Amino acid sequence: MIGQVVHGLGSGAVYAALALALVLVHRFTGVVNFAQGELAMVSAYVAWQLVEAGLSYWVALPLTMVVAFAAGALAQRLVMRRAGDAALIMTIGLYVLVHALAAQIWTSALRAFPDPFPGGPLGVAGPLAVVGAVLALLYLVIRHSGAGLTLRAVAADPRAARLAGIRVGRVHALGWGLAAVAGAASGVLVAPVVFLEPGMMGDALVSALAAAAVGGFANPVAAVAGGLLIGVAETLAGTYLWADLRVVVPLAVLLALPAVRAAGLTRVRA
Amino acid sequence: MTAEPRTGTGHRRPAVGQYAGDRRRAWPYPRTALAMAAAAAAAVPFLVPPYPLYRVTLVLVYVVALLGLDLVTGHGGLISLGHGAFFGVGAYTAAILLAAGAPYPVTLPAAGLVAYGLGHAFGRPAVRLSGLYLAVVTFAVAVAVPPLIRRLAPGGAMGLPARTPGAPSFTGLDDDQWVYLLVLAVTAAAFALTRVVIRSTAGRALAALRADAGAAELLGIRPPATRAHAFAWSALYAGVAGCLFTWTTGFVAPESFTVTLSITLLAGLVIGGLGTVPGAVIGAVVVAFLPAPGLVSGLALIVVLAVAPHGVTGLARRLPSFLGKDRA
Repeated sequence: MIGQVVHGLGSGAVYAALALALVLVHRFTGVVNFAQGELAMVSAYVAWQLVEAGLSYWVALPLTMVVAFAAGALAQRLVMRRAGDAALIMTIGLYVLVHALAAQIWTSALRAFPDPFPGGPLGVAGPLAVVGAVLALLYLVIRHSGAGLTLRAVAADPRAARLAGIRVGRVHALGWGLAAVAGAASGVLVAPVVFLEPGMMGDALVSALAAAAVGGFANPVAAVAGGLLIGVAETLAGTYLWADLRVVVPLAVLLALPAVRAAGLTRVRA
Repeated sequence: MTAEPRTGTGHRRPAVGQYAGDRRRAWPYPRTALAMAAAAAAAVPFLVPPYPLYRVTLVLVYVVALLGLDLVTGHGGLISLGHGAFFGVGAYTAAILLAAGAPYPVTLPAAGLVAYGLGHAFGRPAVRLSGLYLAVVTFAVAVAVPPLIRRLAPGGAMGLPARTPGAPSFTGLDDDQWVYLLVLAVTAAAFALTRVVIRSTAGRALAALRADAGAAELLGIRPPATRAHAFAWSALYAGVAGCLFTWTTGFVAPESFTVTLSITLLAGLVIGGLGTVPGAVIGAVVVAFLPAPGLVSGLALIVVLAVAPHGVTGLARRLPSFLGKDRA
């Protein structure tokens, strides 16, 4: 039982990191980014490629984060900027395109990904620490940096921010970049568990969406808590009740949420 | 300046679709055009060999699904990523009933009703929050349904073969011709129903909500109830389309109804053009002939959204003014 809970926390950490990314994008640009999981998958491939090239894991990781930041910002500048009011459908286009590109470049073969954390029950501390570090980093950037201040200004009122001389487009790109960094953390965490392949983030995305919804797509701490809870709930339901129940857990959470909290998405820009 | 076409109620038509304000008639005889199109569609099975006919039948099946999706997305301004799941539920309902020995005319309303009920069950909580939430919930539905089908439905992961409707002997038709004509009849009914639904009180309420939710609420329109209703209706279309799919292919499997199908349907509709009947038809051709989501469809979707947000239909309507012709 305890082993299952620990295992669940491990996958919960993955959902938490991805949910953080979803919350960031929604708060700063007002869209739910369905392509977030695919961007995370590409980040994991980049990390794998760097390790294959002979770099040590702990050198490859920060480099991957830099690449992820650039990729996220680029996706916003090149694609999302042109979406108009169809931003959500645009993220689906991005999802399809990024997935197909990854399948082209890296084929759909399963690849083993280095796992830096030791096995056993204590190993779960590693992913949790990564999520904690990402959360702390985001807190520092958003709360205590000039760029973070512009981010918060744009989230509060994009028009007023533009009038105050903030380059809203660039700030959106910054938000996407930061989100991609959080997403990359989830990709690197999940890759050792499920093997590296273009479809690896499919299930994680749904769980992360449900986790982000727990925080109304606005509250990062609630999203992390939601991610961990959903991870544990999925593992327990899958182990003790019925293996296929895993996929129903996020759906059940999403359907139950409106009854529990009517705020959520409506409080933030819809 | 041409007079605004009026409907029986004397109300002006609600602003439905992107070009509702612009009522230039491309062809001055709509009824003649309709009759010609119907005649041409009915002649297809006698002119086209069996395999291409099968593909054309599938296009009609997707037309029905996209007409339903367009109710929610084109007219309601909400995004559903779960219509592939409702399509699958309809297809499985039909296949299971056929396997149990039910006559095939029964399967059509049954598939529609099951999908309608599920649409209500998922739609009601999903639309209580913002429009984004419906997209998230329906995505979760699309992901959850195939594993559930694999586990719960007869046939499991192997899929389930189904009888296809055989042509009655008095008609002298081949079976595939008969299936085509059946599907064509249902598609025509779906067109007619869409027209009725869009012009009904509920359809106008939906359009009003899309145009200005605050003003619509002040007029006494309840957003959650209206949207949940529209969503359930659109799920009904998807379920009926799923039943037609079973009639056409004679085989259903969980892998046919994954989230990929939901994304393909939405992409096809957006590429065809939201909120218009030609958009749904062009979208169905895209869904039937474009390979599964990949580089081509991803790029197509992004380019269409960036360059021509009204889809191919919007491009076609813009063509005359683009060529410098006078705006009639």
